[in-house]
Amino acid sequence: MTPNRTGSPRTPGSGLGSGPRSGPGFGSGSSVLLEDLRRTYGVVNALDGLTLDVAPGELVALLGPSGCGKTTALRGLAGLEDLDGGRVVVGGEDLTNVPTNKRDMGMVFQAYSLFPHLTAVENVAFGLRMRKVSGAERRRRALESLELVGLGELADRYAGEMSGGQQQRVALARALAIRPRVLLLDEPLSALDARVRAQLREEIRRIQLEVGTTALFVTHDQEEALAIADRVGVMRAGQLEQLGTPEAVYTRPATEFVAEFVGLSSRLAGVSDGGTAMLRAGRVPLLPGSPASGPVQVLVRPEAVRLHSAQDTPPGGAAADELTGRVVQTTFLGSLARVSVDDGAGGTVLAQVTAADATAMPPGTAVRVELLPTPALGVGVTSG
Amino acid sequence: MGDAPGIQPGNGLRHRRRRAQTIQRWIVVAVLGTFFLLPLVAMAEFTTRGTQGRRNLDTWRLLVNFGQLNVDYPQLVDGVKMSAGLVCLTVVMMLVILVPTMVWVRLRLPWLSRPLEFICLLPLTIPAIVLVVGLAPVYAWVAYFLGPSSLTLVFAYTVLVLPYAYRALDAGLSGIDVKTLSEAARSLGAGWATVMWRVVVPNVRSAVVSASFLTITLVLGEFTVANLLSRNNLQVAINLLGKRDAGVSVAVSLTALLLAFALLIVFFLVTGSGRRRRVRGARPPLSASAAAPLAPAVPT
Repeated sequence: MTPNRTGSPRTPGSGLGSGPRSGPGFGSGSSVLLEDLRRTYGVVNALDGLTLDVAPGELVALLGPSGCGKTTALRGLAGLEDLDGGRVVVGGEDLTNVPTNKRDMGMVFQAYSLFPHLTAVENVAFGLRMRKVSGAERRRRALESLELVGLGELADRYAGEMSGGQQQRVALARALAIRPRVLLLDEPLSALDARVRAQLREEIRRIQLEVGTTALFVTHDQEEALAIADRVGVMRAGQLEQLGTPEAVYTRPATEFVAEFVGLSSRLAGVSDGGTAMLRAGRVPLLPGSPASGPVQVLVRPEAVRLHSAQDTPPGGAAADELTGRVVQTTFLGSLARVSVDDGAGGTVLAQVTAADATAMPPGTAVRVELLPTPALGVGVTSG
Repeated sequence: MGDAPGIQPGNGLRHRRRRAQTIQRWIVVAVLGTFFLLPLVAMAEFTTRGTQGRRNLDTWRLLVNFGQLNVDYPQLVDGVKMSAGLVCLTVVMMLVILVPTMVWVRLRLPWLSRPLEFICLLPLTIPAIVLVVGLAPVYAWVAYFLGPSSLTLVFAYTVLVLPYAYRALDAGLSGIDVKTLSEAARSLGAGWATVMWRVVVPNVRSAVVSASFLTITLVLGEFTVANLLSRNNLQVAINLLGKRDAGVSVAVSLTALLLAFALLIVFFLVTGSGRRRRVRGARPPLSASAAAPLAPAVPT
């Protein structure tokens, strides 16, 4: 069975708070269809037949490693990149050959892109000026957009007088002020520090829901993508590996690449017998798309692994085939910790435990590994 | 208790050193000032010489009497007019050609940036006399199509100012993220002309001003090309005037030099105000003035 490659879109906005609602003066977004997009740079296929459908008001995050084509796709949608093939359809209108300045899309860039010679309010009003909105109305709407991002009081500041986070908020206000059909966000948080990044991504999501615009968010940060998107598209080599809800992408990865790129996994050897795989640490259900039989490597999430002290005997007595090992490293993540266990056969098992449990298992501690019956992806073992 | 006597001699030593450095600085300033000002003073002195060892301001009175000057020295007035026209035309042509080209190369043809730089700097390596040898046949056709007006020198002068203008503009453009800013403007609905006029140029204003002033000083001081192509401009007129009336010739030269100084002061004031605004506002681009060489204000 083909795994969940496309995934059905959740109700837009179901990830956080209520659904989209049109804020004051803002319209709802348009649907987006990227059809068989192709773009080649020399011998590199930046986009290799990418097809993506975004529902009105939905926020889709394109996630992938550097060079996977996610930014090229976004720029292709914006018209900033010449495509070798494919179609860009927004709200039913074919925009493939429409120049950037006629596409009616708001874009927030990775680099700070405020016009240095203009104040915040002038920056936000720029797009309205291009649309020949009258002076008073322009300022009113620009201020309204600045209020939306919580920067009304910084209206008369220049870019150089604002922090990176504030500049990106103004850039967001500028993109929204023109009431775009689609809001495009090209790694807008990557230049910010972790705290501001987390804060601003919530802000972006709140505003996107408030104005109800369709949004495409490009990022290489999986946490960011999973946190704010209605659907996440994982890209690799110019193609979509999987498109689905954040939960689906994380808990039911369609491919080995997705399982390893989104979140952490341990590769545990076993034998598939159809719906399940027998491993040293026990039996686990397999996700659709896993080999039906024969030797497999199962990609197990750290949270599906339980660690017990080697002295603790499991109910029913110790099994002959139980997996034991020694803790080699503990990484504290706040209230949780990630423990690496050497399984004694050259492999490492990652487990996520509470910080208190991790304290009780310093490196060198002998532990017994137990697997929870969480479905995991099995991949075939390639010989040679 | 034991420290105080030790500190006082140290302070005294530092004070003496500072004083010595200040004196050295002023000596350097005085020597350089004398070196630069002495010829100007000598020129001024020469223009006030009258008959029988007396001094008068007749030459300067003549210079400010434009009507009389036009009657007595029509070629000088024509040279001034031609130079003024050439300054305006060259500045406009230089900006119209260079700014969009440099921006376009940065945006769409980055692989062309090295060849463009090479081409723009090339006139610097070719002596004016060699340049004229190449330009002479071209100007035969220019004269054929556009007439013999000295204003046609604008084509040659635009080539001559390329190295200076390129450097100034390049420094300015390097100080901003042209690609992102123009893409942002485009995504907001701006056409290319708007991107250029409302986004790029305001952010490289000091570089544009710098390139313009360098062009002005170079055109005002250009002699070789105009003379060898048998055109008239300020420097050619001064040269001819020198053979007829040395006093007026030197007075006009002095005026041209002072005008060039005045322009440079205006330039520093303008770019200085730009810098102050940027400090208050946008992220600071590289100072164009720092990178731009000063064009000669004397005949080349």
